Amino acid sequence: MSSPRPDGHAVDPSRRAAVGSALGVAAGAAGASLMYAATRNSGHVAAAPSPDSVGGEGGPVGTPIAFRGAHQGGIVTPAQDRMHFVALDVVSESAEDLRSMLTAWTRAAERMTYGAEAAPGGAVGLGPYGVPTDTGEALDLPPANLTITIGYGPSLFERFGLAGRKPEALHDLPAFMGDDLDPATCGGDICIQACADDPQVAVHAVRNLIRLGFGVVAVRWSQLGFGRTSSTSVAQKTPRNLFGFKDGTNNVKAEDAEGLAQHVWVAPEDVPGGAAWMAGGSYLVARRIRMHIEVWDRTNLQEQQDIFGRGKLEGEPLGAKKEFDAINFAATRTDGQPAIPMAAHIRLAHADNLNGVRILRRGYNFTDGSDGLGHLNAGLFFVAFMRDAHAQFVPMQRALAAKDVLNEYIEHTGSALFACPPGLADGADWGTQLFG
Amino acid sequence: MSARLTTRPALALLGAAGLALTGCGGSSSPSGSGSASGGPITVNATDTECQVSTATAPAGTITFKVTNTGTKINEFYVYAEGDRIVGEVENITPGISRDFHVEVTEPGTYQTACKPGMVGDGIRAAFTVTGDAPAAKTDDEDLKTAVTGYSRWVNSQADEFLKETTAFVALVKAGKVEEAKAAYPHARSYWERIEPVAESFGDLDPMIDGREDVTAEGMEFTGYHRLEKDLWVDGLQKDSNAIADKLLADVTELVTKAKSVELNPLQLANGSKALLDEIATGKVTGEEERYSHTDLWDFEANFEGSKQAIAELRPFLEKKDPDLVAKIDSTGKALGDLLETYRDGDGFKLYTDLTEDDVKKLTQALDAFSENVAQVAGVVAKA
Repeated sequence: MSSPRPDGHAVDPSRRAAVGSALGVAAGAAGASLMYAATRNSGHVAAAPSPDSVGGEGGPVGTPIAFRGAHQGGIVTPAQDRMHFVALDVVSESAEDLRSMLTAWTRAAERMTYGAEAAPGGAVGLGPYGVPTDTGEALDLPPANLTITIGYGPSLFERFGLAGRKPEALHDLPAFMGDDLDPATCGGDICIQACADDPQVAVHAVRNLIRLGFGVVAVRWSQLGFGRTSSTSVAQKTPRNLFGFKDGTNNVKAEDAEGLAQHVWVAPEDVPGGAAWMAGGSYLVARRIRMHIEVWDRTNLQEQQDIFGRGKLEGEPLGAKKEFDAINFAATRTDGQPAIPMAAHIRLAHADNLNGVRILRRGYNFTDGSDGLGHLNAGLFFVAFMRDAHAQFVPMQRALAAKDVLNEYIEHTGSALFACPPGLADGADWGTQLFG
Repeated sequence: MSARLTTRPALALLGAAGLALTGCGGSSSPSGSGSASGGPITVNATDTECQVSTATAPAGTITFKVTNTGTKINEFYVYAEGDRIVGEVENITPGISRDFHVEVTEPGTYQTACKPGMVGDGIRAAFTVTGDAPAAKTDDEDLKTAVTGYSRWVNSQADEFLKETTAFVALVKAGKVEEAKAAYPHARSYWERIEPVAESFGDLDPMIDGREDVTAEGMEFTGYHRLEKDLWVDGLQKDSNAIADKLLADVTELVTKAKSVELNPLQLANGSKALLDEIATGKVTGEEERYSHTDLWDFEANFEGSKQAIAELRPFLEKKDPDLVAKIDSTGKALGDLLETYRDGDGFKLYTDLTEDDVKKLTQALDAFSENVAQVAGVVAKA
């Protein structure tokens, strides 16, 4: 007894039916297909920042980040403090199941981005004998700048008749020297990156999307990040990683439209033919980097600074004074040695030494309990967005894997590449965007 | 032994169901011409107000025309007592009007609410539906039949459980360890099929099915799992015979009680979900049969019990929510087909022979089936 929904939202008919039928009442709505506007109830009327624009350290606490626009949120959006990232495998063989789940996800993701329940009245409105369609732990919490970013892994395009829509640049990353990858935390058909300034809001978003996907997708691996390590706007301070350093000072930032176009957003000419849907999107590289923090912590300050090539307190390039001072790779110390050692992290990772390659980093610190040996299982969940991972991340990581002294203190234990599609226009949804 | 089927909430439900509104099919083509005056009730929704043109309407199909004259996305709800949603229309963007039909057959006091920005309690107002109360609804024949059929099935399983337990106990007492081990998972399957009913009798559950570490303080570790430990790990003990005798006595008492239980339709629905929860928390994790590792026997039995309850409710569900039935069928078939791949002779592979990937696949198929079965109670509750 599912009610017709002429409003353009395809929803799980059983859930929808349950809403209408909890009291034996059928409700139907008539109206044109409409999309949410970029405002919400926050006690004041405010235009939400679009994903392209930046408003300081994110918007006011009650103002949501716009869900729709030219690009997805969660990329140049000022990096929120917390993240819940999940990689999923598609367990259904039905393209139609996948498409309708993506459509249902769009609706729920848009609602949750606004701070609303995953479905109207989802927590209690179905009555005492209905199963709630929202899990409830985000009730009373503000949107907390939630962004939900979706991406698709290379493996997805081997099925569901999607081969013709696969972007050429979407293929697995090569092996890098020193990798210690656990297959259980690598890859995935689909990823969801939920970032928010409240961890409960981010976890709620992922949890409710997973629920909508049971039978279609299953979680392959997931990662919580408790603190951002990147600034994606000039208005944000550069945060520190668990080694205590500011890394990514020269990130590609939201205000740098030219840099974004050159390094982050996929251009139409990058994706001719069937992959044209990806124009305006970006590739997400995820690397779970375990840090041996206990070993690091007993390393003297000079060595720590030499490894990064920056001062610990200010974050200044060695030989300079302030964090954002120009990096002078030719500067020497009084003993004639380079001020920034030849194997320093900032030298190896710098665009000047990589034919101009840059990326937009958006990583998070993590601590997944302890390792059973008396050490914290901690590190950096490296997330970066770029126009072509094989032309940007791969040469950068090759240089780092070969020479970076930091490798003595870190191990890459997880790896994945996802194609994050562009933002959704009014009326569009992820299912239609992917399948055409 | 966690998903006990209690009777109290179900009785509360029957009360609620009696009061529940009864509805008919899709209302996209309103039968009445809307409200008392013949036209739709207009709702002017601003960012701060929710002006409903009248606060009264006769029972039947009520039509609202909701216009968003504010600046925020709005939603409009009609709530019954306890914030139960009678109907809602979402996604009303500024400047837009939407027609919205809701079928209310039960006179009484309701609430209307606009929800500017889609969050919070909304701007509420009382709304009265007038008219005569509909005649008391006769019990749905389909549900009655379902309960009768399921009770008959529970009784048959209980009888078999007693019979198989008697045989198992005799083997234990005769010291026939290998034969007792063969009989063990088979006898237990009858318990597992009717677990939510069987578990509802206080101490009998832990005495028959308690695990060593979940026995309450001061309570002896007895029952099937104690004998499981003896048979598989410790060898038969001095008191194994006494434990076996007590098991038979407890099962005899349980069967008598189980056969006298009066069930209601909601218990069937909740029981079908509870059985799947048992699998998720005890069987697919390998916790239940920690010495014999015959967890997949229990898995199948719980699954069968769940499917039986759904099968009895099927004629009812097919009328009320055929889409849900189709989903239950497809996800249930996927789970059943997967489980069959682990069959080994008369039984199943031992839990210890499963790989992590096997357990993951079973868990995923179970999740998909359970999500759908969980919806059944909501459908039954509205009857």
